[in-house]
Amino acid sequence: MFNKIDTRGRSCPEPVLLTQKAIGQNPEGVQVIVDNTTARENVTRFAKNSGYRVEIAGDGKDYILTLRR
Amino acid sequence: MGSKKPIILTGALIGTLAVALVKFGNPINMGICIVCFIRDTAGGLGLHRAGAVQYIRPEIIGIALGAFLAALRGGDFNARGGSAPFTRFLVGIFVVIGSLMFLGCPLRMVLRLAGGDLNALLGLLGFAAGIYGGVWFLNNGFTLKRTYSLPRTEGYLFPALQLAFLGLLVAKPEFIFFSTEGPGASYAPLIISLAAGVIIGLAAQRTRLCMVGGLRDLIMFKDTHLISGFLAIFVVALTGSLLGGSFNLGLADQPVAHADGLWNFLGMMLAGLGSVLLGGCPLRQLILGAEGNIDSVITFMGMLVGAAFAHNFGLAASAAGPTANGRIAVLLGLVLLLALGFFHSERAMEVRMEGDVNLHV
Repeated sequence: MFNKIDTRGRSCPEPVLLTQKAIGQNPEGVQVIVDNTTARENVTRFAKNSGYRVEIAGDGKDYILTLRR
Repeated sequence: MGSKKPIILTGALIGTLAVALVKFGNPINMGICIVCFIRDTAGGLGLHRAGAVQYIRPEIIGIALGAFLAALRGGDFNARGGSAPFTRFLVGIFVVIGSLMFLGCPLRMVLRLAGGDLNALLGLLGFAAGIYGGVWFLNNGFTLKRTYSLPRTEGYLFPALQLAFLGLLVAKPEFIFFSTEGPGASYAPLIISLAAGVIIGLAAQRTRLCMVGGLRDLIMFKDTHLISGFLAIFVVALTGSLLGGSFNLGLADQPVAHADGLWNFLGMMLAGLGSVLLGGCPLRQLILGAEGNIDSVITFMGMLVGAAFAHNFGLAASAAGPTANGRIAVLLGLVLLLALGFFHSERAMEVRMEGDVNLHV
């Protein structure tokens, strides 16, 4: 089970910054919860640029991004 | 080009519209300038009485309405707020004071560069220095904390306010001011300005274009996504000014500009630092406000008040150069923003973990 980080409510670029720090600690992968499409796109772009695969699951309001090497 | 295609096209579109708006009557190298136009709107509303810069700019209204429609359609509209609102209000004031020292927001800085105004090069250096400062704070745990959900109605009020501004502009009641000379008297026909604004709002909302985000993401994450939009604006506006014959390379006698390099640098440094702390440039704040981000609405109101202060207190520079009051205000702003940066930074940024390990980074 991956560690989860909760970036809901954080404004740009904090979700990406938190993701960067989290994968620094857990290079195998993390789950990131975001609550807006901008953060979803930014975290996804950052993860892909960093060599991670991203799976996105959404429940309508929040999105859970699973980042795997 | 790949995934960068939309943002490059948006940048190109903004560059094209900026050139076109000048042809239709907007001031030179000022086809679009968010801060200048907020300043003009503040003047139109009578919040300041600088006769040369009073006109409710339809571009601002159009950008907000375009972004609102795009956000509604794209499912991005979401009323939220509560992330250090008064800090944002104050930072909004000083982003405007810094921009009006330089005489332009980050967007106009690019347009000035494209027009050959080399003073904007010092502005760009200051802007980059301010962004570096902001990134330093972010890397040291700066945060204005999270936002919370608000009633949807709250989110509709900002677009409604913009419609009210449009109503005042069209109805021209006697308490609304219209410049008869100066930059405020140079404007494209209302319908063209409004339409250009709507197009920019639609495109910039979809692509999240941000002038400060470009350099910031490049520095922080080596991400060239947003900066490609910034560069596209420059390339297209440069092409436009070269082809249109308005390109004028140099430092002296540039339109709505002064040649005091130090204060051009410091003004944009203040604007760049403030914009990073806010999470986006003035254009982006306007768009986020239209998406229902009430913190950005508060920032917009701060920018409106900042514009009024800038002229009521004699802080704004002019073609004659910076004023003594303006120099003091920019230095005060830098000190205030540095203090806010420190006080809003958490030494140990707690990453809330729900897994088995607690992370303290």
